[in-house]
Amino acid sequence: MIFTVDNIASMLLGGMAAGMVLFIVSVGLSVTMGLMGFANLAHGAFAMLGGYIVVLVMRHWGVGFALALAISFVLTAAISMVFERLLYSRLYKAGELDQVLFTIGLCFVFIASLTVFVGPENQPLTLPDALRGQLDLGLLQYRTYSIFLIVVGVAIAIGLWFGFERTRFGAQIRAAVDNRRMAESLGINIDRLFAVTFGFGSGMAALGGGLGAEFLGLDPQYALKYLVFFLIVVSVGGLGSIAGVFWASLIIGVLDFVLKKYLPQGGTLFIYALAILLLLWRPQGLFGKPA
Amino acid sequence: MSVTPHMPDHPAALALARRHSLRWWESLPWIAALAFFFAYPNHLGFGTELLIMVLFAISLDLALGYAGIITLGHAAFFGAGAYTVGILAHHGIWNEPLTGLALAALVAAAVGFLSGLVLLRTTGLTFLMLTLCTMLMLEEAANLGHHWTGGFDGLPSLNIPPLFGVFEFNPLIPKTQFLYVLGVLFLCFLFVRMLAYSPFGQGLTGIRENTLRMHAVGAPVRTRLVVCYTISAAIAGIAGGIWAQANAYVNLGTLGLDRAATVLIILVLGGFGRLYGAFVGAVAYMVLAHFLSKIYPTAWQLGLGLLLVVIALFARGGMLGIGEVLMQRLRPKIPPKEPASRPSP
Amino acid sequence: MNGTLLETRSVSKNFGALQAARDITFTLEKGARHALIGPNGAGKTTFINLMTGVLLPTTGTVLLRGEDITTMEQAARVKRGIARTFQINRLFRGLTVLENVYISVAERVGAATNMVTPAGKRRDVIDEAMHLLETLKLADDAQRTIAGLPYGRQRLVELAIALGLKPEVLLLDEPAAGVPSAESHIILDAIDALPKDIGVLIIDHDMDLVFRFAKRITVLVRGAIFAEGTPREIGSNADVRAVYLGQATTHGA
Ligand SMILES: Nc1ncnc2c1ncn2[C@@H]1O[C@H](COP(=O)(O)OP(=O)(O)O)[C@@H](O)[C@H]1O
Ligand SMILES: [Mg+2]
Repeated sequence: MIFTVDNIASMLLGGMAAGMVLFIVSVGLSVTMGLMGFANLAHGAFAMLGGYIVVLVMRHWGVGFALALAISFVLTAAISMVFERLLYSRLYKAGELDQVLFTIGLCFVFIASLTVFVGPENQPLTLPDALRGQLDLGLLQYRTYSIFLIVVGVAIAIGLWFGFERTRFGAQIRAAVDNRRMAESLGINIDRLFAVTFGFGSGMAALGGGLGAEFLGLDPQYALKYLVFFLIVVSVGGLGSIAGVFWASLIIGVLDFVLKKYLPQGGTLFIYALAILLLLWRPQGLFGKPA
Repeated sequence: MSVTPHMPDHPAALALARRHSLRWWESLPWIAALAFFFAYPNHLGFGTELLIMVLFAISLDLALGYAGIITLGHAAFFGAGAYTVGILAHHGIWNEPLTGLALAALVAAAVGFLSGLVLLRTTGLTFLMLTLCTMLMLEEAANLGHHWTGGFDGLPSLNIPPLFGVFEFNPLIPKTQFLYVLGVLFLCFLFVRMLAYSPFGQGLTGIRENTLRMHAVGAPVRTRLVVCYTISAAIAGIAGGIWAQANAYVNLGTLGLDRAATVLIILVLGGFGRLYGAFVGAVAYMVLAHFLSKIYPTAWQLGLGLLLVVIALFARGGMLGIGEVLMQRLRPKIPPKEPASRPSP
Repeated sequence: MNGTLLETRSVSKNFGALQAARDITFTLEKGARHALIGPNGAGKTTFINLMTGVLLPTTGTVLLRGEDITTMEQAARVKRGIARTFQINRLFRGLTVLENVYISVAERVGAATNMVTPAGKRRDVIDEAMHLLETLKLADDAQRTIAGLPYGRQRLVELAIALGLKPEVLLLDEPAAGVPSAESHIILDAIDALPKDIGVLIIDHDMDLVFRFAKRITVLVRGAIFAEGTPREIGSNADVRAVYLGQATTHGA
């Protein structure tokens, strides 16, 4: 039958791997949306940019996967900080509509630019040999790369949680999410905080874009194709909550994986319905603080 | 009884009292549409599509521009209307055009009412997400309900009988479609215009400008919003229904994110909360898209993206807003009525 | 003229650990000219929010003419005659001054649900709104949008919107704050012109205005009623002077 230990384990692993990519991409969106209240629909575009940088840097400079990810993180973070200072910051006080329009516009610009400069076709990512093939886990064999993604995802989650809960910078972000005016009056430099957080969040998106490119694919439509999933994860998890994004990503990643397998037709419908019910029940999301 | 004699003459009172009166330029869109009909008989298909987008954008203007309901899922109602017409016609249940439109409006209104009742309790980003998810869920449902909706392929070759039993819908020379859509647009526009200038419409702008104060003047805000949302949905449903009739098919594109984004862009491009933004935006967008998107699709997307960025950052009133600012800049240059009172050197 | 309009019984409000209102028992009589004073953060605005339904009390009851309105919606309370102004302007910023007041009057007279008649055809509403603007010396600004109006004038529109509701209970949250002192008399004049049996509660830090206006004063400190009495009693209350008057103003009483 279908519900063997093997089967359940492999579904869980596959779903978790996808969930981890979702988490790495979305966590930055969650923090910036929670911190700045900004409806940033261009987050997927930064993830896409990151994926492209990884692929291109590996292809043209011959650098390894890990180094390419690091370069992508830094470059994307830097680029996004320029955008934040020059453009985003003008719209912090504007309504959601302006933010939505601005970031949709930005998505179009990214999509068009990548189509022109790189091409409209899918950009394949070649994994290093060490991450290819199957890994023997004793109980079962599973794709090495999926296991790698889970390990990396959990490590990042722990690292972020630690940074968020235990460092001064993390404390500043949390204070500003909770009460911006209070944080300002405590002498926290909000402008700098926003810029750094935004850059870091986009860098994480780039990382996720690079790590997920292997199975999400990478073409200029990426920016919009997966955006809805990122947004669902963030709002279901609760804006500004790292634990929230983590669990929401896991749940949705696993659900999507399982549903795609056993309910290839109605899976997505189920996830949308679940997201709607959850948001109606808790508009602030699973881990968000009530308004 | 309590009228004090000097007050009715106050210019502010007069301006408000005359605000709804028709101005000469309001006839221009209709003259232009009729001129188009005679001048470009070979482009009536495009013209019909354009008019439908105007109608759709007007429905969004009521919710977004007047009441300030910021939704990403308005195509849900367009699709509801389109599929109502499509399903009824395809399965041979009902295909008379005018009553079909009424049914489309009814179904879309029901969807709007029910979703509005539940979703409008939330605001801001949550509401944005909920409208988006609702629309995507409907799209998935349409995709899944193969038997009724034709799934991914949609419902082709709908059999729509002649309008009033006389005027055939000819897919090659869509004269009937164009005039039919124009007529329906005209009636819907009159209705929305009436609503916009009514005390109810004024109250909607109050909700848009300051919801909290609206509560504090005793307005049942949520009821008003649900009513507005329902009406807006009904008109979007008419737009969708007439789209299905004019094209004689329905597909998933009628209720997808693409259409929702397009109508939002059209409205914002023209200028929301201004009644005529839908016209200006639809013409600008559709004409540019028509010529550019086929020849230089990437340039079109780049240009559109930059345009949105610029509008969000610098021109929130859209094209009409820019026009208003220009008019105001020009006006002070015309000296006020007492030029002689200037002290001479 | 006697009779209780608005009443709170042991009303408290907690924001997490902070108790912004503690056990407030308070009555506003018909025809009252009552002032609520107290240092910043004392809970004055919170108290008004509790009476108008912006906030729900943690414990306690709110009564209007004996009817329990503790959990009633804001709009329903307004329909029963409670109106307020906000300490921080809450205006329809993109609309004109006249439209701002039109909205308020239209709600009161029941015109606001009308979808078919143009707003301009309700001359009764327009004229009443215009009339209010004239009393508040705002007629010349009637066609300007709020966003382009000086702050002091905006404060007057706050009042105009509340007066457009023809309330029986009027709660004014620092109406004169931000109004140039040369114009603050406009506010008092407008209140003087109201029907005498309306109950008015005013919060203000301008002791001249408070002592000129109030027949009764309640002092709120850290969420609780600290003292209550006539202006003479409050002005000569040594504790009040120590807590509030002495530090907040040099005008004294
Ligand atoms: N919505 C709220 N959430 C949390 N704390 C609040 C809220 N509203 C007011 N407070 C707090 O309650 C206290 C009383 O505030 P407020 O009623 O505005 O005082 P006042 O109007 O007398 O200056 C203050 O400490 C304020 O920070
Ligand atoms: Mg206060």
